[in-house]
Amino acid sequence: MSEIMDHEGLIRSLAADLRPVRRLLPPWLRALCWIGVVAALGAALASIANLGALWQRLAAVPDMWLAVLASCLTTVLAAIAAFQISLPDRRAVWALLPAPALLLWIGASGLGCLRNWTVPSTHEADARSCLVFIVGVSLPLSALLLAMLRRACPLRPNRTAILGGLAAASASATLLNLFHPYDAAATDLAVHALAVLIVILGNRAIGARVFGT
Amino acid sequence: MRRAQDGDSAAYQVLLRACLPVIAGSARRQGVPREQVDDVVQDVLLTVHRVRHTYDPGRPFLPWLRAIAQRRAVDALRRRGRQHGREVHDPIAFEAHADPARSAGQALESVEHARRLRLAIAALPDGQREAVERLGLREQSLDEAAADTGRSKGALKVNLHRALKALRGKLGGEPGSDV
Repeated sequence: MSEIMDHEGLIRSLAADLRPVRRLLPPWLRALCWIGVVAALGAALASIANLGALWQRLAAVPDMWLAVLASCLTTVLAAIAAFQISLPDRRAVWALLPAPALLLWIGASGLGCLRNWTVPSTHEADARSCLVFIVGVSLPLSALLLAMLRRACPLRPNRTAILGGLAAASASATLLNLFHPYDAAATDLAVHALAVLIVILGNRAIGARVFGT
Repeated sequence: MRRAQDGDSAAYQVLLRACLPVIAGSARRQGVPREQVDDVVQDVLLTVHRVRHTYDPGRPFLPWLRAIAQRRAVDALRRRGRQHGREVHDPIAFEAHADPARSAGQALESVEHARRLRLAIAALPDGQREAVERLGLREQSLDEAAADTGRSKGALKVNLHRALKALRGKLGGEPGSDV
């Protein structure tokens, strides 16, 4: 009986505290907003990048297109999955949405690495600048994404943060193509993978605190 | 829920009351023990209140509610698991644990020891008793004691020394003696 009274008291106090709320926009629309910011950043970076050199590289190594396309797709799908899974009633299987694109990205990059194993290895300074670029660009993108995801008070904070991290890291890795001098050298791939992993783990660590459900 | 999102308090109360059996049933199905179900229900009510803006009126309400209830039930089970891992229920060990405070026997012994010490001091010659009382018990300085008693500091020192020797002789063999 006392528990019923407790529930009743809680219900009354919650109802007394009731204010009209603004409903969340559909997840795909919120994902589109974030992707729009990424696209704007990409356009700004493209204005200072050497697009002619990029075009030559892509023309010379056709499978690089596949890797770029796959990383773009990973960004879009990971962002949509993160916004979907942040809602309570969406199925956990949404987390697998970016998996095919991610596998294609890893596969295309790895294939290029095997085919072009004679491509000169990256110098240490280049590797460091790649790492700094991916992590550095991911920081504001992750911060924006986590702030947008936080509005949904995710009940699966870890999975949401990991998907958010994947979206930010793959977006940064895609934008890196604007400035990257080589493609698919083994050291490149290792450094890129390390940077992506750092961003994902960083997002998971911060996300658990930011979401704090 | 749509009306609750718009701020209709009466509709919100009706909705939350109707949610109670759904939440409790969901918690039980997840394996939450009977004594914890009410905690989960309250936790879910609070969560529903906090995330009510995430409900999409275009979608059915019950899956949304059940997802929150299941999540909170899992959280409660995890908390319970952690608690069991860290805390041990062992009433016998609790009862057998020695109390760091003084036992009743020790307190009685201490009272008895103080009584014997008072008697031994009272039996001392006047000069020695006065030296012990002023320098030992009242913790007066030699100057203060000399001024109060009119004796020299040297005489007070000698009297105190003799008094302590005499008290050691009487009480020194006893365990716990302070002399």
